Amino acid sequence: MKITKEAIAGTLESSDLLVKVAPNQKGTLEVVIRSEVIKQFGKQIRRVIDDTLRKLEVSEGSVVVEDKGALDYAIRARVQAAVLRGAGSEELDWRQL
Amino acid sequence: MRKARRSMLFVPGDNPGMLSTAFVYQPDSVMFDLEDAVSPREKDSARLLVFHTLSLPAYKDVERVVRINRLDSEYGLKDLEAAIRGGADVVRLPKTDSAEEVHELESHVARLEKECGCRVGQTKLIAAIESASGVVNALSIATASTRMVAIALAGFDYLVDMQTKRSGGSEPELFYARAALLHAARAAHIDAFDVAYGNVDDDEGFLREVQIAKQLGFNGKSLIHPRQVYLLHRAYAPSEAELMYAKRVIAAAEDAHGKGQGVVSLDGKMIDPPVIKEAEEVLSRADVA
Repeated sequence: MKITKEAIAGTLESSDLLVKVAPNQKGTLEVVIRSEVIKQFGKQIRRVIDDTLRKLEVSEGSVVVEDKGALDYAIRARVQAAVLRGAGSEELDWRQL
Repeated sequence: MRKARRSMLFVPGDNPGMLSTAFVYQPDSVMFDLEDAVSPREKDSARLLVFHTLSLPAYKDVERVVRINRLDSEYGLKDLEAAIRGGADVVRLPKTDSAEEVHELESHVARLEKECGCRVGQTKLIAAIESASGVVNALSIATASTRMVAIALAGFDYLVDMQTKRSGGSEPELFYARAALLHAARAAHIDAFDVAYGNVDDDEGFLREVQIAKQLGFNGKSLIHPRQVYLLHRAYAPSEAELMYAKRVIAAAEDAHGKGQGVVSLDGKMIDPPVIKEAEEVLSRADVA
């Protein structure tokens, strides 16, 4: 899935996260994570985000995540929503989720 | 014995904080809402949140209901696909006016169950009735599908349609709709949910309405705040005397069954199937309380 425009999903409420995606002119995939619990759960958050992007076949773009203590399921959902919006995609392949 | 269906707690589908914690209030059913609680611009994101929430182990002992948007909206079929692929136990259809709408929903559910390799028939249905037409057609709606497990009255839209509003007190404006829904549910052998009570700070008003619903015969209510779950369960709990008697009825019936007797008496009264059924209902209501 190719990110063709800027998009966001989520909120900065507790237990949620805000995900911003944008095209990347360099052709690389850059993921930036900021979290209140980065010391405790940084690796797990990174793993979930990377896995979600891999399943969506996102190989380039900019992804910035502001985490407010979200659980894995919410991270997956918000990253997926932001990517789908950024790709302008209406059709979902549910097996990718 | 079937699990009681007293409390159906609404949880906004776009709120991860609530989606991940609603189970702690121990409602009988949790209803992840993709309809009125979610703004149009957030429908896509909420759909994904609900899809993933359905797989949380924390909800394995709670009936998971998804309220979708109407099928004639641009969101309805997408919501339904998320619900079925996520493994929802029940789909709740809002603003149901006729049996044809249930038939249409049922055909889409069966198609999606086949597509995702689920057992066809595993997803149950609830129809919310929110208009005069829906109330008039309640019986045909309740009997429209073998998947139907309940019908629910939604008071706000219904009263707007009836050109009136809540009066408080004994609520005569809802009497006909409540009675009509209950008769339809009982004739169809499914459950009936009473309206949600909107003022979450008014426990007294809520409990007054619960007593009306309970006395009429509703299985329970739709709830919009977690604090209402405990209040409702406590109000629906049988008394100690009712509980003791129910246990004795079941024990007497089991004893008679073991001896090959068709009927048995307890305290001079005949214990027949309706009495046993009532005793089982009392025990199911006491289960969580």
